[in-house]
Amino acid sequence: MQRTEDLTREELTAALEWYAKMVLSRRFEDAAERAFRHGKIGGYLHVYSGQEAVAAGLLSAIRKDDIFFTAYRDHAHALYSGSPPGAVMAELYGKATGLAKGKGGSMHLFDASRGFYGGYGIVGGHIPLATGAAYTLRYLDTDRLCLCFLGDGAMNSGSFHEPANMAGLWGRDGLCPIVYIVENNQYAMGTSVSRSSAVANLASRFLAYEIENERADGMDYFTVRRVASRVINQVRETGRPYAVEMLTYRFAGHGAADLFQPYRNRGEVTDARTRDPITLLEDRLRAAELLTDADVERIRREAEHAVEQAVKFADESPEPAADELFKDVYGS
Amino acid sequence: MPELTYREALRSTLVEEMDRDRAVVLIGEDIGVYQGTFRVTADLLERFGPKRVIDTPISELGFVGAAIGMAMLGLHPVVEVMTWNFALLAFDQIVNNAAKIRYFSGGQVNVPIVIRGPNGAGVQLSAQHSQSLEATFAHFPGLFVVTPATPAEAKGLLRTAIRGNDPVIFLENAALYGMKGEVPDGNFALPFGRADVARVGKDVTVVAYGRMLHLALAVATQLLEEGIDAEVINLRTLRPLDTETVVSSVSKTHRAVVVQEQWKPFGAAGEIAATIYEHAFDELDAPVERVTGADVPMPYARSLELLAVPHEGDVIKAIKRTLYKDGIKG
Repeated sequence: MQRTEDLTREELTAALEWYAKMVLSRRFEDAAERAFRHGKIGGYLHVYSGQEAVAAGLLSAIRKDDIFFTAYRDHAHALYSGSPPGAVMAELYGKATGLAKGKGGSMHLFDASRGFYGGYGIVGGHIPLATGAAYTLRYLDTDRLCLCFLGDGAMNSGSFHEPANMAGLWGRDGLCPIVYIVENNQYAMGTSVSRSSAVANLASRFLAYEIENERADGMDYFTVRRVASRVINQVRETGRPYAVEMLTYRFAGHGAADLFQPYRNRGEVTDARTRDPITLLEDRLRAAELLTDADVERIRREAEHAVEQAVKFADESPEPAADELFKDVYGS
Repeated sequence: MPELTYREALRSTLVEEMDRDRAVVLIGEDIGVYQGTFRVTADLLERFGPKRVIDTPISELGFVGAAIGMAMLGLHPVVEVMTWNFALLAFDQIVNNAAKIRYFSGGQVNVPIVIRGPNGAGVQLSAQHSQSLEATFAHFPGLFVVTPATPAEAKGLLRTAIRGNDPVIFLENAALYGMKGEVPDGNFALPFGRADVARVGKDVTVVAYGRMLHLALAVATQLLEEGIDAEVINLRTLRPLDTETVVSSVSKTHRAVVVQEQWKPFGAAGEIAATIYEHAFDELDAPVERVTGADVPMPYARSLELLAVPHEGDVIKAIKRTLYKDGIKG
């Protein structure tokens, strides 16, 4: 964990906004799970509760013109990059006012205007896209960069290894400004890392492709943020890829249908919850006297209100018009 | 009009489009230093440099996916797959990403990527290197599927593919790379979804595409001696399919034969036959005939390979069946 006394006042103050965003996304996920149980949300639903510090720490450190890709556990990523909670919830509800007009759903949130180039549903399938996108940012002579979030499970797919090797090659010429963020939440659906990866240290697997890497505590916002700032500066400077393995934990099941979770025991989840990333951040901001009981109360209330508004907006929004069915297939 | 080979038509179009627009980049295996397996990209590395002519490792999934990411960010990558058989390794990227991202993002991004390379059989490459995958790709909404049969089409369709906003499956044929033909100068382009009446006739409509066009034309010439006047339709693109030209021809001739190199079940010919039945059932004087490759993995032995691909004799028999001149029916 990043030592509080080493943090600057500026870093601590800046974290207040991200604390509020993390509270909001947690409330958002709770509401989404309720809506799923009530049949308001269809398909799959994968919530981010427990992993907030990872996306928050990374997305707080990039520039507005940077871009990112992630997999299907993508609600918080959209909220953190500024997508309106109403439009995100409406997408989950399959409404016309959703981020993707109700055509993508929970797994395919997308907000290109904010640099979010999509949530993807095939494990690992977005990694080559992000790698090619990073190449393009340098090809176009910009100093923008690309974040690619992926799960621990994705590291065992060919769609990880092929682009990782290409990133290593392109990085030699400074043509691949990408940060791979392995969100190691310990489980690929129900298969633990120890049962799915021959190597326990996932960051070290990037060595095979000459990609600099490190692992860090993904539950501590300040640790993530410090690593993110340093790595992002380096990648922007060099155009070489970098990988960070963020050790984290998902409090909920893999998806909303994963009720019994036979692959882990309750004690493990309870233990993990003692290091809830939101509580950890809250404690440190309190210790720094930047947050009072009243502030916490207000932030929670505001988050609840914003989520209520988002749910109301989604609920009251119209279904997509029938003629939307055939729109957006081709762009020519 | 200058005469070019099919290969030169492709290559010169790449050069012209790369000169015109820096967003056009090439990516694939052995396209640079090696000059391209079929030399379609010969000398382009020297001309445009390694940032625009990107040699990749043997990672179809990786480089097709990366090219899709490039396209999402505004480039117009032209991906070479050494043969279409290898594109199966990138099938998830083509089907789940290239074809669908525009739709599931609600139209937020385009994916202007061209994936090109040789499709089909005929030179004793046996089972894993000899297959025709057009129907496989034409199944998916979000993709265009293009099958140039001549040097002029190679140029005109490739230009349209590169200048478009969507993923294009561009199916060349190894047997055609050396074929010569007249190719219009300048910014010559051919629209997608517009078939060509390659030969006007009145007795029967023969629908073909790609390499099979030449088989159909040879048969049509041959049958003239027997007093059979066949109309030959060259589809040029399978998706979109020019239903109107096919139906209008069949409405005139009242008979149709569809020729494809690929396997018969669930193939392009079946789709085209169904389209004819849906739109021109009352015009037909005979069932639509399908001429296809044999329903087996491609064998290596030359004698067996020859038996596995469509021949003139197959097309002639099919035409005569539609005319009840085969000595069995009518």
